[in-house]
Amino acid sequence: MNTIKKVMQIADDWTEIGALDEIPRQGARVVKCASGDIAVFRTLNDEVFALRDCCPHQGGPLSQGMVHGREVTCPLHDWKIHLDTGIAVAPDEGCAARYPVRVKSGRVFLSLTAQVAGTSTSP
Amino acid sequence: MKERLVLVGNGMAGMRAIEELLKISSDIYDIAVFGAEPHGNYNRIMLSPVLTGEKKFPDIMLNDIAWYAENGITLHAGKEVERIERGSRKVVARDGTSANYDRLLLATGSVPFIIPVPGKDLPGVVTFRDINDVEAMLGAAHHHKRAVVIGGGLLGLEAANGLLRQGMDVTVVHLLDTLMERQLDRAAADLLKAALEERGLRFLMQVQTEAILGDARVRAVRFRDGTEIAADLVVMAVGIRPNIALAKSAGLYCERGVVVSDTMQTYDPRIYALGECVQHRGQTYGLVAPLFEQAKVCANHLAELGFARYTGSMSSTKLKVTGIDLFSAGDFQSAEGCEEIVLKDAGRGVYKKVVLKNNRICGAVMYGDTLDGSWYFQLMRDSTDVANLREKLLFGQAHLGDAGHGNIRSRVASMLDSTEICGCNGVCKGAIVKAIGDKKLFTLDEVRAHTKASSSCGSCTGLVEALLASTLGGDYSMTPKKRPMCTCTDHAHDEIRSAILDLEMKSIRAVMDRLEWKSPDGCNKCRPALNFYLLTAWPGEYVDDNQARFINERAHANIQRDGSYSVVPRIWGGETTPAQLKAIAEIAEKYRVPTVHITGGQRIDLLGVVKENLPAMWGDLSAAGFVSGHAYGKAIRTVKTCVGRNWCRFGTQDSTAVGIDLEKMAWGAWMPHKVKLAVSGCPRNCAEATIKDFGVVCVDSGYELHIGGNGGVKVRVTDFLCGVKTPHEVLEYCAAFLQCYREEAHYLERTAPWVERVGLAYVRQRVVEDESGRKILAARFRYSQQFAQVDPWAERAKGVDRHEFIPLKRVG
Repeated sequence: MNTIKKVMQIADDWTEIGALDEIPRQGARVVKCASGDIAVFRTLNDEVFALRDCCPHQGGPLSQGMVHGREVTCPLHDWKIHLDTGIAVAPDEGCAARYPVRVKSGRVFLSLTAQVAGTSTSP
Repeated sequence: MKERLVLVGNGMAGMRAIEELLKISSDIYDIAVFGAEPHGNYNRIMLSPVLTGEKKFPDIMLNDIAWYAENGITLHAGKEVERIERGSRKVVARDGTSANYDRLLLATGSVPFIIPVPGKDLPGVVTFRDINDVEAMLGAAHHHKRAVVIGGGLLGLEAANGLLRQGMDVTVVHLLDTLMERQLDRAAADLLKAALEERGLRFLMQVQTEAILGDARVRAVRFRDGTEIAADLVVMAVGIRPNIALAKSAGLYCERGVVVSDTMQTYDPRIYALGECVQHRGQTYGLVAPLFEQAKVCANHLAELGFARYTGSMSSTKLKVTGIDLFSAGDFQSAEGCEEIVLKDAGRGVYKKVVLKNNRICGAVMYGDTLDGSWYFQLMRDSTDVANLREKLLFGQAHLGDAGHGNIRSRVASMLDSTEICGCNGVCKGAIVKAIGDKKLFTLDEVRAHTKASSSCGSCTGLVEALLASTLGGDYSMTPKKRPMCTCTDHAHDEIRSAILDLEMKSIRAVMDRLEWKSPDGCNKCRPALNFYLLTAWPGEYVDDNQARFINERAHANIQRDGSYSVVPRIWGGETTPAQLKAIAEIAEKYRVPTVHITGGQRIDLLGVVKENLPAMWGDLSAAGFVSGHAYGKAIRTVKTCVGRNWCRFGTQDSTAVGIDLEKMAWGAWMPHKVKLAVSGCPRNCAEATIKDFGVVCVDSGYELHIGGNGGVKVRVTDFLCGVKTPHEVLEYCAAFLQCYREEAHYLERTAPWVERVGLAYVRQRVVEDESGRKILAARFRYSQQFAQVDPWAERAKGVDRHEFIPLKRVG
């Protein structure tokens, strides 16, 4: 929680990427960036998460996976990734980069500064 | 303050329950564990290999002392609990150590039965129960020569073998005239005895021990008939009984064991019990697989989930004596109404007996070749009708058309560590064996999670199970009988299917709420299954849930390893025209398709299409008259045909036309798994109809219908369903077969295993013999097709699900 707060304060590169309703519940959409695709997920409870669209296993597009609870299953080999951390569900090991994302008045904002789980966010 | 959970009995059952509990919820209890032995928790099953010297004690440790600290658990090792004060909810150990509990878990295991003869307490008389006993035996083996093992059961023989391997002269004395009479019939027992005698064991059968003689140490054993045999070591291994002394003294109701309910609670609801000390529905258990099932249930209740029930287990036995393969399960002594199928090959030292009742396996004994033990056990627990397997049953699963893996299904034990077991994920035997040891794995699911072996196509499941069995010495935990659909529910596929109809549930949400799903919105396994079941149950009514579909079915194209997609237009019956080929060629060029491939199903695969281009490409294909080939779905795929009578000099019927008619009837239907059809114009069978889900072979007099074939993972030749006279009948029988399969098979179960599971006789009855039933099934199929035969590509070309194909935003 603490970490997320810090991120919110630090991230100042918020980009509006669209309306919450444009992302299907239990689904995802892709934001295309010069540096690569970012998958933006929406859970059943309207929580929104963003991860690099690249499975730590073999690079599968996580945006195409099935979203359940706070996890996504990669479409290529069924690895499961925690949406909130980008970390693979054990016993698999690996991590997808995570992007701060927030929803305000039905609009979704994304920071393009990647956070890798486990690394400190303080300067 | 957290509630306090105390475990009495630091053994496999109790600690398994604690581990299961930690998996569900790691912080609801302060946990304290009392164990009479001064160690962590070790794998008692592996005491035999420690005795033989194949393993050392540290190798068989499951939770070492440090593990308890790491998990915040207080371990009182070497402190035997003397009493339970239920009033003040406290346990007190012999040395005065005490602990208060809110919930208490008893897993006191069992104690060896000591025959009450004079001399039973002499030095040199031991039992075979814990590491202490093993060390005593190993010590004796160093200094002494002659050992007598009383008891020719499982435990006694393992002890005898171990002592023999340690260089002792060993005599086994047994009260009855056959060894392991609870697990073996006479034929198998005789083979076993001969093999053990060849190794150097001696046997005295039908003798009753009267006294153990000696002064400072055991010297001899005397029998009822007055004869004596010299002994420096006596191992009493005549049986075990549940250790109920503590429970009994606390006033808990006990019979042979501590009596527990289906929730593993004793008569005091704060006190749970599991493992060898309990009696559940009149049964006591001594093998590890049932104990682990109990542990799961216990953990579920301790975590306050409260829905798991233990309903008893069936168990099987293997003898852990290296080089001797022996398997036993169920009621193997033929009773009234049973039939025996027996194979005996004394030269090879192989004996197999399977006992059938009403065409179902109710017991099995195997000696010498036990590779198929787990298969028989599975058939037994699933109560599978084996009428059709009968002829080949004793030759094993490898003989059921298992062309893909037939030859490597030989002895896993003799395979090299570098032998690849799982071809999909490239996992070798050595890696699996290492993971089983290092990560303490006991079940197929655990091996799958850690190594990925058998987690993809599943064809090596048998090998992995055999590896588990050989690595753990046989007594591993097989998949439970009732297999829940996934970890989100305890219900099995069939239960859910019938509940959907009975309770008229018409949405995934309704099913999950009503059947008390454990996860908020299911997982990647149950959501697609539920979506399919609902779609089949309520055609025209249920609204397909896109988010419950795997990406291929959501995007109507096949995702490739680089994230691009492939497009396969339907080519009816595999027959095309120059105009169609030109159209495909032009579209392929227009969208710069990097690879064009002719598929095995007589179609053309356009590979490497970027997702965003799919709708436009489909629009062009639609305009040229093509519809989706559903090459991406659990759906009707292709109908492969030969040219038939129109061209072929051998053709007997117009196989192409029949194939096209079948495809026009069946396309668009969602199925439990992919379904492939074929029509061959004559018995030369160029369309390979006898390895398809539904195959037609034309003959001069009409059409032969074949079902349940498979050319994939495990090659299976079809079963002959029946012969019919007209193309009209071909369509009707096919529609009825497809509907029966889609209404009754489990999701992701292909026709081949489905036919094997329900039996050909059943399918024949539904589709062939019951004429009005067939017509009803066919009518239901056709009714459902009204809603299914809408080309998804044309719809999407016009804008349906547009969001699926375009990015939300482009940045930078």
